[in-house]
Amino acid sequence: MLAYIARRLLYAVPILIGVNLITFMLFFIVNTPDDMARMHLGMKHVTPQAIEKWKAERGYDKPLLYNEEAQGLSTFTDTIFFQKSVRLFAFDFGLSDDGRDIGHDIYQRMWPSLAIAVPILVFGLLTNITVAMLLAFFRATYIDVTGVIMLVALMSISSLFYIIGGQYVIGKLLHLVPISGYDSGMNALKFIVLPVLVALLYGIGSGGRWYRTIFLEEIGKDYVRTARAKGLSERLVLFRHVLKNAMIPILTGVVVLLPLLFMGSLILESFFGIPGLGSYVIDAIQAQDFAIVRSMVFVGSVLYIIGLILTDISYTLVDPRIRLS
Amino acid sequence: MLMEGMAYFSSVKPVLLKTDALIFMLLAVIIAFGAYARGKAYLRAPWRKVFSSRTGMVAAVVIVFYGTVALLDSIHMREPLENKGHDGETFYSVEVISLLDLMLGPLKTQVEKTYSAPFATHLYAKETVELPDGSSARLYPRLEYGGAHLEDPQRDKGRDILLRSLSGAGAGLLAWVALGALFIWGMARRARASFSVTLKQILGGRTAIPWHMMLYTAGVFLVLIAVIASLAGHYHIFGTDKVGNDVLYQAIKSIRTALVIGTLTTLVMLPFALLFGIMAGYLRGWVDDVIQYLYTTLNSIPGILLIASAILMLQVYIDTHPDLFETDAARADMRLLFLCIILGVTSWTGLCRLLRGETMKMRAAEFVQAASAFGVRHSRIMSRHLLPNVMHIVLITVVLDFSGLVLAEAILSYVGVGVDPSMHSWGNMINGARLEMARDPMVWWSLLAAFVFMFILVLAANLFSDAVRDAFDPRTLSR
Repeated sequence: MLAYIARRLLYAVPILIGVNLITFMLFFIVNTPDDMARMHLGMKHVTPQAIEKWKAERGYDKPLLYNEEAQGLSTFTDTIFFQKSVRLFAFDFGLSDDGRDIGHDIYQRMWPSLAIAVPILVFGLLTNITVAMLLAFFRATYIDVTGVIMLVALMSISSLFYIIGGQYVIGKLLHLVPISGYDSGMNALKFIVLPVLVALLYGIGSGGRWYRTIFLEEIGKDYVRTARAKGLSERLVLFRHVLKNAMIPILTGVVVLLPLLFMGSLILESFFGIPGLGSYVIDAIQAQDFAIVRSMVFVGSVLYIIGLILTDISYTLVDPRIRLS
Repeated sequence: MLMEGMAYFSSVKPVLLKTDALIFMLLAVIIAFGAYARGKAYLRAPWRKVFSSRTGMVAAVVIVFYGTVALLDSIHMREPLENKGHDGETFYSVEVISLLDLMLGPLKTQVEKTYSAPFATHLYAKETVELPDGSSARLYPRLEYGGAHLEDPQRDKGRDILLRSLSGAGAGLLAWVALGALFIWGMARRARASFSVTLKQILGGRTAIPWHMMLYTAGVFLVLIAVIASLAGHYHIFGTDKVGNDVLYQAIKSIRTALVIGTLTTLVMLPFALLFGIMAGYLRGWVDDVIQYLYTTLNSIPGILLIASAILMLQVYIDTHPDLFETDAARADMRLLFLCIILGVTSWTGLCRLLRGETMKMRAAEFVQAASAFGVRHSRIMSRHLLPNVMHIVLITVVLDFSGLVLAEAILSYVGVGVDPSMHSWGNMINGARLEMARDPMVWWSLLAAFVFMFILVLAANLFSDAVRDAFDPRTLSR
């Protein structure tokens, strides 16, 4: 087991190098630092001196990959690639383009992101499983058919509609909770309720439908027939046998998402004004702060790879038939 | 009339945007595939199942309506300007218009000053107006076009709208009855049956394909279009936006953007996913390792961040090379195409993995073993024996992805990395209207129009994809 995890972690290294190369190519070779400087300083009436100054302040004035002027090892270390990209491996994110410490920002903004993402995951699982169980219990009746049609309709509505509608009805008409904003500690609760509700409503459509097919697949299996044959009621069959076995694909499907909870939700956070990592990214995109976007791409890839490893481990934990090799 | 039309079309300069070319290519591919599938019994059977699904075919009619609008909107041209150059050379307007613009006519040109509510006759904002007696007052001025034909809007508006909708609905109904009768007559001729027998069969739902449901759906659409057509010249049905443009016009123009993103993205990603997926699954070894590495790497970058970085970089490139694009439309089109490509890059990995798994399973099958025992080359085994057997997966994925992509466009435009801000899209409409939520009374009509148009398309796409999956997925076949 440990050997397997160690091997998977080693396998992650070339992937992260690949991610790093892709972002490096996107950010520095397709468009040179000169282009970025011009973009930031405004397109017209930019003096070459201003561009040089902007680049020097942010360390973009070095050669890209190979520094001819430097001596010894620093021919490679004193370059943009080493300074800006390789250092990410040590989780040293450096400064953003407007001079803030990115590592500190990420640590600060992680908690509000988690405060919304965790309740969404937990309550989302609960509601989706409940809805799916209900539909599976009434399968092939009119309740099931109408239910599925409603789920399809729910998932055909844009998530933006739920957000804007939720803000308008609950926030503006009913004045139940503030429309947007955030506060520290327990005061955050009233700001969290609305985004979580909106996300739940949006998630029911696809989640409920997906879990319903998982339940129906389980119901078709032989052990269910055995359980019925020995005289168990339909309710007992569903809740004692089917639910337990259906949880295997459901939970292992969730595990890959766990690390990504740290990244937060782009749209929810920016609409509800929550200072998490999602809105951090959106702000960076809109301010064209490439240093932040670069760092977040890297963090996101690391979390995704951790999620993949956790998924493999969770398979062996819930299903003893699978052995890692 | 015909001569005038001919003269008009010979005077304009046709413009073929990159996405136009790809759309027509896609259409050709679909038609070619349809002709090919007709001749193959194993392909006809699942399609017949799709065609016999009621919800699926109702959804298909809706999608065809949207598709027709998008096609009309993909034939672009530039009108000649009045004043010619020194040597009689004709200059063309920098504005690129489409066939759809010509058909919508007044919707495009009837521009008010600023916001106005749906069916309003007065502007949303108060203005200082000079009265006939020379004094001035702050009041809501009449709209330039919306309800301008009414003498006393308060008295006549309701009656006028009702009459116009009724006459529109009547015209639509007549057109539907005429077209429907023509269709049934054609069906009767083909089946060599009498008209009344065919009519009874179709309306009674006793045909293999649920023609009656499709006819009813088409009827609803025809009546709606006729009602809108008879009202749109005199009112702004969905109001106007901040700079006074008709919201209905924007919503209709956005259809093409949505369909381009929904279809071209998969068209762009398909060759890569097919080639890499089948190669990895069939050849195994180092090829498999390299391809797996490639898609794990791409997959591990959060999709929206990759899209955002790529679009930001493209924007820098476009801004530093303004001379590459002849018109604004060409520039916006470039960004749309690039968005499709980058969305394709982020989404091909899922299909590739599915294809790899399926090919691996099929590699051990007898027909592949037999082919390789006969000495058939690898490339030929992959293209002739494996490819046709994974096409059902491709079809299901393509149809399933469509609705997700349409929804994604709205979100990307909101983040600011979607289509060009000058391009009509539902995402841009929502984004523009979002800032006006706080106004009192609220400006809700842009949001409503965008959400309604998007909802109908996505719902239809979801229902259609369900029908396709039921027919093609071997796992559901046994049930």
